[in-house]
Amino acid sequence: MEDEGQSFAPDTLRLITNNEYWGTKTMDKVQTPADAIAAIRDGMTIGIGGWGPRRKPMALIRELLRSDVKELTVVAYGGADVGMLCAAGKVKKVIFAFVSLDFMPLEPGFRAARESGAIDVMEIDEGLMLLGLRAAAWGVPFIPTAVGIGTDVVNHNPDIKLIDSPYDDKAWLAMPALKLDVALIQASHCDRRGVCSIESPDHYMDDWFARAAAHTIVACESIVEGSYFNDPEKARQVFWERAVTQSVVVTPGGAHPSSNDPSYGFDVAHFGVYAKHVAEGTFDAYRTQVIGDSEADYIDAVGGIDAIHALSLPVY
Amino acid sequence: MTTPEFSLAELMTVAASHAFDHDGEVLATGIGVLPRLAASLAMLTSNPDLMMTDSQSYVLSKPNPISGFAGHAGQANECWMGFSRIFDNVWSSKRHAMVGPSQIDRFGQANISALGGTYQSPKVQLLGVRGFPGNSISHANSFFVPKHSNRVFVAGECDVVASIGYNPARLPKGYSVDEVDLRLIITDLCVMDFGGPDHQMRIVSLHPGVTEQEVRDNTGFELAIVDNVPTTAAPTTAQLAIMAELDPKNIRARQIKDNPPGIRPPAEESIA
Repeated sequence: MEDEGQSFAPDTLRLITNNEYWGTKTMDKVQTPADAIAAIRDGMTIGIGGWGPRRKPMALIRELLRSDVKELTVVAYGGADVGMLCAAGKVKKVIFAFVSLDFMPLEPGFRAARESGAIDVMEIDEGLMLLGLRAAAWGVPFIPTAVGIGTDVVNHNPDIKLIDSPYDDKAWLAMPALKLDVALIQASHCDRRGVCSIESPDHYMDDWFARAAAHTIVACESIVEGSYFNDPEKARQVFWERAVTQSVVVTPGGAHPSSNDPSYGFDVAHFGVYAKHVAEGTFDAYRTQVIGDSEADYIDAVGGIDAIHALSLPVY
Repeated sequence: MTTPEFSLAELMTVAASHAFDHDGEVLATGIGVLPRLAASLAMLTSNPDLMMTDSQSYVLSKPNPISGFAGHAGQANECWMGFSRIFDNVWSSKRHAMVGPSQIDRFGQANISALGGTYQSPKVQLLGVRGFPGNSISHANSFFVPKHSNRVFVAGECDVVASIGYNPARLPKGYSVDEVDLRLIITDLCVMDFGGPDHQMRIVSLHPGVTEQEVRDNTGFELAIVDNVPTTAAPTTAQLAIMAELDPKNIRARQIKDNPPGIRPPAEESIA
């Protein structure tokens, strides 16, 4: 008698895992920037990954700047993403620990919005932001911590409460969950099902932004086949599962003027152009002439994709 | 034996490096050029057990140069340590940060957030509180002040209290000021600590040619002072050589206005 297992298993298993056999398809999450950004509506809370001038989903921010969306609450380790949204008048409130471009310590758009009293803020410690995102991701209302006690983080934020502990006699700061309607993240490569890799030296808190959000949009430099991630080294660069990602947008060079290590560094000169527009009160001109009507317009305006790829990586 | 020539920046850096002498195995984080140089110098001299990052995402077993550094490839990585993991380290207390606040008050509370105006509309928006609240309640902190003045060492409380200090009035239930661990303050005039009565700020050494009165005139609150206050120690030839190696482009010369010498010429003394 033939070995039943041998005669039965290989071909049949191939058949029953073949989606065409069942008439089903794997999900395809790839969208245009405009379609992806349509998920964001007036008054929503959005979280933006990256850190200062590093690996910001700027193409998605530019698409927001082209839209009519307003009254946003923005949660971010902020750079020009926050600054440009503020300069365009799209922000009601910023939840932040800093907004900075590192080499340019004071971010111009954010600074102008703050000093004119145009925006509300929830100013918290960098680590408190991490805890707030984790609480949202884990479905708990708060995470207790000593971070922030004795400082104006408590005094300036009546929404942040101190609580008694059931286990000791100390007060603890109860960092509330920072639930996001939408998260915007800049990755390196994605497949069509939403497996996303970040090849930069640090993924920062992006996994927590993704998990804290009801809807996560990931911009990437290129779409790869799913088999790209079969390499264990590549699989190690995936920091959240595809079920966490709802939308994938392909925007080569889209992190510009922020960096997307290892593809390109940040553009100091371009940040200077943006800062000059803010200082001279001409951000509208930056919006129409540089950001333009599409991402293709923008890439042209800043000298093309090769010019972006030529930006050297930062050295710290 | 001749005394080597040295700048005020180098004198301050060596003084700052001593903040890490007895830390053992902690992550030393110097924010800014001279604090980073100081932490790196300490790791290469007085405390080889220190840990240090590449300011990006790796812990190094040997500090990178602070200038003239071509790129991160080939650096002495010890382990990966992204920013999320930095907070695991911060909250475990195994860290000593040296930072440069815009304001410091008599309690050692510090501000890098905003100046003046109202909180809804500050006159000058600075960085934001960044990691100051968490750092200050979690681990040791020292301050580096390139220009000692009443604008930094303010008379009242800081405009925004970004980090906790020795201020009992701000402590919530169950906390003691002894849980706060503020170490040294290095300025262009002197070195101070919080060793006075009830953690009062205290002068522990004066830089060559600086008088006690000059420090008091430039500080917005009362200071204690140690008996027989010493002069801040001059850098050794070996320390100067290590600083030159860590900073081949000499960016340390651009950190203190006009890069004055470590020992004041007599003419300036009379002005002071």
